[in-house]
Amino acid sequence: MGIQGIGAPALRKEDKRFLTGKGKYTDDIKVAGTHYAAFVRSPHAHAKIKKINSKAASKMAGVVAVLDGKQLTGDGIGNIICGWMVHSKDGSPMNMGAWSALATEYVRYVGDGVALVVAETQAQAVAAAEAVEVSYKVLPAVVSAVDAMKKGAPQLHPEAKNNLIFDWEIGNGAETDAAFKKAANIVEMDIRNNRLVANPMETRAALVEYDEAEDHYTLHTTSQNPHVARLLLSAFYQVAPENKLRVIAPDVGGGFGAKIYVYPEEIACLWAAKRAGVSALKWTSSRSEAFLSDAHGRDHVSTAKMAFDKNNKIIGMKVDTIANLGAYMSLFSSATPTYLYATLLSGQYNIPNVHANVRTVYTNTVPVDAYRGAGRPEATYIMERMMTTAARQLGVDPAELRRKNFIKSFPHQTPVIMCYDAGDFGVSLDAAMKASDYANFEKRRKSSKRKGKLRGIGMSCYIEACGIAPSAAVGSLGAGVGLWESAEVRVNPVGTVEVLTGSHSHGQGHETTFAQLVSDRFGLPAENIQVVHGDTDKVQFGMGTYGSRSGAVGMSAIEKALDKVEIKAKKIAAHLLEASEGDIEIKNGEVSVKGTDKKLLWHEICLAAYMAHNLPEGMEPGLKEGAFYDPTNFTFPAGCYICEVEVDPDTGETTIVQFVAADDFGKIINPMIVEGQVHGGLAQGIGQALLENVVYDDEGQLISASYMDYTMPRADDLPNFQVSTTETKTPSNPLGIKGCGEAGAIGSPPAVINAITDAIGNNDLTMPASPQNVWAAIQAAK
Amino acid sequence: MANLEITINGKETSATVEDRTLLVDFLREQRNLTGTHIGCDTSQCGACVVHVDGKAVKSCTMLAAQANGCEIKTIEGVASDGQLHPMQEAFHKNHGLQCGFCTPGMVMAGIDMVNRLGPKLSEKTIRAELEGNICRCTGYHNIVKSIAAGAKAMGKGMKKAAQ
Repeated sequence: MGIQGIGAPALRKEDKRFLTGKGKYTDDIKVAGTHYAAFVRSPHAHAKIKKINSKAASKMAGVVAVLDGKQLTGDGIGNIICGWMVHSKDGSPMNMGAWSALATEYVRYVGDGVALVVAETQAQAVAAAEAVEVSYKVLPAVVSAVDAMKKGAPQLHPEAKNNLIFDWEIGNGAETDAAFKKAANIVEMDIRNNRLVANPMETRAALVEYDEAEDHYTLHTTSQNPHVARLLLSAFYQVAPENKLRVIAPDVGGGFGAKIYVYPEEIACLWAAKRAGVSALKWTSSRSEAFLSDAHGRDHVSTAKMAFDKNNKIIGMKVDTIANLGAYMSLFSSATPTYLYATLLSGQYNIPNVHANVRTVYTNTVPVDAYRGAGRPEATYIMERMMTTAARQLGVDPAELRRKNFIKSFPHQTPVIMCYDAGDFGVSLDAAMKASDYANFEKRRKSSKRKGKLRGIGMSCYIEACGIAPSAAVGSLGAGVGLWESAEVRVNPVGTVEVLTGSHSHGQGHETTFAQLVSDRFGLPAENIQVVHGDTDKVQFGMGTYGSRSGAVGMSAIEKALDKVEIKAKKIAAHLLEASEGDIEIKNGEVSVKGTDKKLLWHEICLAAYMAHNLPEGMEPGLKEGAFYDPTNFTFPAGCYICEVEVDPDTGETTIVQFVAADDFGKIINPMIVEGQVHGGLAQGIGQALLENVVYDDEGQLISASYMDYTMPRADDLPNFQVSTTETKTPSNPLGIKGCGEAGAIGSPPAVINAITDAIGNNDLTMPASPQNVWAAIQAAK
Repeated sequence: MANLEITINGKETSATVEDRTLLVDFLREQRNLTGTHIGCDTSQCGACVVHVDGKAVKSCTMLAAQANGCEIKTIEGVASDGQLHPMQEAFHKNHGLQCGFCTPGMVMAGIDMVNRLGPKLSEKTIRAELEGNICRCTGYHNIVKSIAAGAKAMGKGMKKAAQ
């Protein structure tokens, strides 16, 4: 491996174990004496639980216990919370209904947990769960947020009248209304953002080890943020105090947001292990259960209006959104459709007046929360569909309309909280236009026409906010946690290094990229550096990985710790080499005095630190430093995506013939990994645009609950991607990193839909652009 | 209960399983070969692909009892003498994996593709052949590249062996 510094496309250190089948995911962990849990789930979208009869189930082979919600709450297990307080525009706090890990009186969505069986084998647990007889009084259900607000709609929670959780606004409303009155042109659209399931390929799982003698729990689980999980399980759900609870997130097979949250199953398993008197209890979600219990994503219905002056400059933007939050408020469910969404409704554009109103609503569906991009894809989808539709209505080129309205000087304060620190939107637009041969598109359109195909081109200039975020800032907006990150750099006496991080890698390659920071700093070979993450006993604290924050925030914490290590190492070297600290240089594993041949090897300094025979006076032995990093601002990755499609007018089938991405992620540590992140994000965004859709019937039954019904993108649905990057460093963190994890999923859906609507000549098209929907839109335009 | 005489990764072994035991569960639970993963329950995702008598099979679609007398190869048996198989090496060099969960199935499917169709695989063929393997991380871009490169490397190996 050798020295792999910042900017090197270093191959991944973690690959070998995954490629040889030696990865250790939660379900792979074997503990002697393990019992298995299976959940009894509601088959109804809305019902009152009349009676739970577990007599027959309890007598079945291997069954140790059948437990229900009344026992769980009776043992003092706390309700599941939403961790971000949002107030309605009238000042009232959000109307949060109670959510216990197992339902006590009512079930509110198909899949809501009612009881839990503990048995000796998984098959026995599943069989006994089937035998638990639950009698229900079935109640009317509502699945659409718009319907849920209507008079006479079924009511889910007594706390939320008319199922309204909050009615929130942002921006300058009066000025925006005034701007619309002065407008030369107004563009208006109804825009729906389809409901999705994150679908990491590893389903969620929990393995609880309970040590009765010590009254101590270890939870191995599929988490993006094990420390946050421990905090919640301890402080809010009262499972065990933090010192009696260790949470380990081992290898985790993808997250995409769905593994941020502490779910009912983890809480129930921790509680049930002790209650049932078993030393180890395992639950692994089936894919069918995952569809019914993993947080869903998006599901917005919006009306958007954009006002232009006579020179086609945007003078106002107004959005009214209804967000479906499902049956209960998940951890970040309030922040996703508000502060992570409406704060981006200025896009890349200089818009003096922006106003958004967001109503969030309970429905009898699976809880909805952050999914890759979380709020920012919803904002981008509106902004970028509006821009293209506006260009068509105004009769100007979509690229030029965007360019005319780009923000060109930084920092730029938008009317919706965000202060963009750096960017150059014209550069990424130019790069994408060049790479896609935008100028010659009409020739290609003609050649497709000769083959009987409709060809279209669409673009999207996205901006997002990452690295969430300065703790004090998010605290003032209602966040229940600080969003800093921690790191510890432990240098061993032999000069090898362990980096302990509060970030968590579940596919992002941190074991490689984080090591590159150390390799770069001290010139050490990558194989001498180990990255440790995902265990609350090893890493003191951390906020985990989501919101593309591991680079911008997690790596910044490592940088800070490395600064401290470097300072101490230099002090020791200066002392031993009898030079001044300022003259010491650390490079290629050597510590030398500038301009002389005096030097020591890196490990000699490290050994000296631990031998402590000859250290500067008053210095503590050892070489280990920790740091907490709290960012000064969000970061603002931005870029331009251009999609080109061919549509078959007879079948409505869309083929993506070209997809170009030009992203500005600031400083890049490992371009190979960054490209991989973009590819994956694009696939999810294109999946949303063309294929994926959660469908409920009117009774609240989930129709799209397996891979036979929910269309996951396959290899032959997608093109090769042409990706490139431009670089404007952010001044908001020491490395200048903006983050790259979500951009692909944020920027791509409007590019795809803008391309299809261009091909078919009808702006009225809803995601997913399935052949059926596209065909219908073609017919409607005739 | 069914008795099995089965060869797993080159080792002959015998076992007794419940009739209903799926091959994937037998491998994971009784043989601790946890590199073969379970990503769905409808035989769509391909995380559980193994080779049965040299052919790629989704081990969630087959009973362990049906594998009686068969030769099974799992991801754990692909590398030899500490050397990655050319297909594994190609995934490493082309960043063909992220979270790693679908990876064993992808590698097994990739090797099977070469065994059936030869080492010259077009992008179109690879994409079509991956119909039964779902990845949520990579967007398939680098998986397609990896399989093409792995196929080429396997082809060179075959040629050398023939000489």
